[in-house]
Amino acid sequence: MSETTPQPGPNHTRRVVVAWIVLSIVATPLVAIFVGPSIPPGNGSDQASQQVVDNTVMLSLLTPVICLLLVYFVYALAQFRKPRGSELVDGPPLREQRTVQTLWVGLTSVVVLFLAGFGTYELLQNGAGGGQGPSPVAVPSGPKMQVQVIAQQWEFTYRYPAYGGLETSQLVLPADTQIELHVTSLDAVHSFWAYQLGIKADANPGVDNVAYLKTKGPRTFSVHCAELCGLWHGYMFSQGKVVSESDFAAWVKQQQELFASVAQYMPPYAKTYYPDPQRRAG
Amino acid sequence: MRRLLGFNLLTGIVLGVVGWYVGWYAAHSIVGPSIDYFGDTDYNELSVVLAYLGGVIGFLIGLGFLNYPFARLRGYPPSLREKETAGIGRYFGLCTDHKVVGIQYLIGIGVFFFIGGLNAMLIRVELLSPSRQVFPAGTYLTIVGIHGTMMMGMMSSAILGPFGNYLIPILIGARRMAFPRIEALTFWLLMAGGVILETTVFFGGFPTGWTGYAPLSIQGNPGMDCYLLFFALVGISMTLLGLNMIATIVTMRAPGLTWTRLPIFVWGVLSTAILMVLAAPVLIATLSMALLDRTVQTSFFIPSAGGSNYLYENLFWVFGHPEVYILALPGFAIVLEILPVFARKPLWGYRLAVAGLLGVSLLSWFVWQHHLFVSGINGDLRPFYMLSTELISIPTGFTFLCGMMTLWRGQIRYTVPMLFCLAWFFNFLIGGLSGVFLSDVPSDVTTHGSFFSMAHFHYTIMGGLIFTFFAGVYYWVPKMTGFTLNERMGKIHFWWMFIAFNATFAPLFAAGFLGQPRRVVTYPADLTFINQWVSVSAFILGASLLFFLFNFVYSLVFARVPAPADPWGSKSIEWQLPSPVPVYNFTKIPVFSSDPYGYGEGATGPVAVVPAGAPGGRD
Repeated sequence: MSETTPQPGPNHTRRVVVAWIVLSIVATPLVAIFVGPSIPPGNGSDQASQQVVDNTVMLSLLTPVICLLLVYFVYALAQFRKPRGSELVDGPPLREQRTVQTLWVGLTSVVVLFLAGFGTYELLQNGAGGGQGPSPVAVPSGPKMQVQVIAQQWEFTYRYPAYGGLETSQLVLPADTQIELHVTSLDAVHSFWAYQLGIKADANPGVDNVAYLKTKGPRTFSVHCAELCGLWHGYMFSQGKVVSESDFAAWVKQQQELFASVAQYMPPYAKTYYPDPQRRAG
Repeated sequence: MRRLLGFNLLTGIVLGVVGWYVGWYAAHSIVGPSIDYFGDTDYNELSVVLAYLGGVIGFLIGLGFLNYPFARLRGYPPSLREKETAGIGRYFGLCTDHKVVGIQYLIGIGVFFFIGGLNAMLIRVELLSPSRQVFPAGTYLTIVGIHGTMMMGMMSSAILGPFGNYLIPILIGARRMAFPRIEALTFWLLMAGGVILETTVFFGGFPTGWTGYAPLSIQGNPGMDCYLLFFALVGISMTLLGLNMIATIVTMRAPGLTWTRLPIFVWGVLSTAILMVLAAPVLIATLSMALLDRTVQTSFFIPSAGGSNYLYENLFWVFGHPEVYILALPGFAIVLEILPVFARKPLWGYRLAVAGLLGVSLLSWFVWQHHLFVSGINGDLRPFYMLSTELISIPTGFTFLCGMMTLWRGQIRYTVPMLFCLAWFFNFLIGGLSGVFLSDVPSDVTTHGSFFSMAHFHYTIMGGLIFTFFAGVYYWVPKMTGFTLNERMGKIHFWWMFIAFNATFAPLFAAGFLGQPRRVVTYPADLTFINQWVSVSAFILGASLLFFLFNFVYSLVFARVPAPADPWGSKSIEWQLPSPVPVYNFTKIPVFSSDPYGYGEGATGPVAVVPAGAPGGRD
């Protein structure tokens, strides 16, 4: 079997290729059906579900790649090891095999181009939950409810322009609704991350960063800051909830009554805030 | 006593301290009425900056970096070479012997690597519990920042510093680097920088992590200036190191050493050096702007005063993404250099391997905004950056293919350097494939800024760079010191480190996917188990590095088993020289007749011969 004997050894290439194909055929569906859908962030929103689909497709596509390297290395490292105690001999001087090169370059290019194309397609559906800046490219159709997210060291404030500029420290959203988030900051760079909803958008001072969200049924979710913003960055988190339409209306009413006395001092609504005390905010 | 006088490390430290106080005094004279040295450190940023600049200049003068220019100015014939003798003293000063600089780098960077690693241990101590705080939040952020900055900054030269400086002249058949004094300067700048970064703890630390995002960095304590100065010094050091490498490789190759005969390691160093020369100046400029914002009230990065934090983010990542390939590419090169030796086969697909290295270094310029996918900048450019980022896996795949096909039908010996190289394939596969998720915008929305990305870059940098660094250590240190490293302990170190490394960083992918943001001092209680598991694994990983240190010291100081000239059966030229390599490398400049990979091709002779009776080589 070793290369010192003149007769041709077993067909290593065929063995590796057959083992790879068999393993890939077994493993890929298993990954696609069982592993992929359980990858976070889950089904908290349309955007989150879309990310799960995206992760599943990528993981399924990468499974055969992992299988190839696994099979190759296990086979090569076991098969081609120098026998213990044998004299040091050289392997065959293979310097280039055009077919292998062409196949490899072709296959990796196809995979890469497909991934980039698929990612772009998914992104342009509805923005995939990412912050898109002040002039978004992927805009879902239909009416949207605006919510402004104002980050500062070290908390988030939420503002509902449709309800008289109501400001709260807890994010409450109605179920099954298109939401348009306007994320901005008063000081350093923060990042608004509603994990279960699959939303992340950096909060930049003086910048209106828009992200879209289509909520599903009632649930709770956590909000974290995902960009290092100073001393209490680690504690910049809170709980939000998605509630039914009627509960949401009731909650708004309750909040409005609660803050009626201070609402008159609220600045007018604007898409960015400036921390300058001389200038009326917004 | 007399040996302590003169231009050496001791003088450097003394003049460094003097320079520090001169700068401190000068800045207080400019900015504030007070010359109370320790009374008003709080907001006098300029004094910290000028003190350290004065300190660095004094340190370099003390080491003797001005002697040569002054000798030239005064008309004396300058000595071309300094301290190129035997003896231990040459390691503690300006030495123009590239082999001394290589060993200085190995030890110097090693020391700071362990300091950075210690900070990692402290981070994991803090994260043992979601609620109990071991360190105050500010101290924790400083620890995170020092760990990240030390590792990213100092380790940029982890392979080009020790192995590049030591081996490049030998591999190309030269006696020195193109600019030996600049070579020494890069090392001492790095050491000065490392000390400055550590002293941030005396000035309140810095809150920004290694990325130093503005405007947070503008708010920071004076400790922030230590970060800025450290990284700027690293940038200067990297630029000079890269220039020196390019000049040496392009102009000083021995006769017969054509571009297609260059060892692949030299190609790796060349492609890294190109990145260094082009990327590091951007860093220096960016950090200088941040320094001006902090000291003299400019507002490049202050949004409320007309600046832009996007400007900082763009500039930083224009440097930052090539930077991660500055860390990764030398690893590729070491793997491809070592595999042929232990597979007893020529390097498969030499041209493809070179194309891979150069392709990565070219493409790395077009990907930086993938760090800003959710930042709200240029939303319509995201598909382009998604494509360009994923395209990088094609040239990276070349490296994989060349390495894998070199193993094919070989005679594989599982020596310690070989094990570390093989581990690179495993680590970098995981690192690379997780990078595909980060490069894809929909997936990146969740993984960005989470522990997922942190696990990703530890797989590529620690799994890619540090593993190949150790491959290089076990492979070349016998040549550099003349003593063998203990093989059995080396294997224990490898398996210990490999298993602990994967046990530490693989669960962090899960932590990120489950919603743990980076650089937090606390985390959701349901992630406690993952974090405790990771912390314990990290301590075991740290212990494996201490075990390496034990082996290193034991083998080189106590056991001292002499290394044969060619312990690995390699055909490359460094193994034809005695161990350790003599001061002038070659008695005569050799003439190359082939590349060093002629295994199984019936080539019995060495790759290079010294021409008999030739009228002396060129110097």
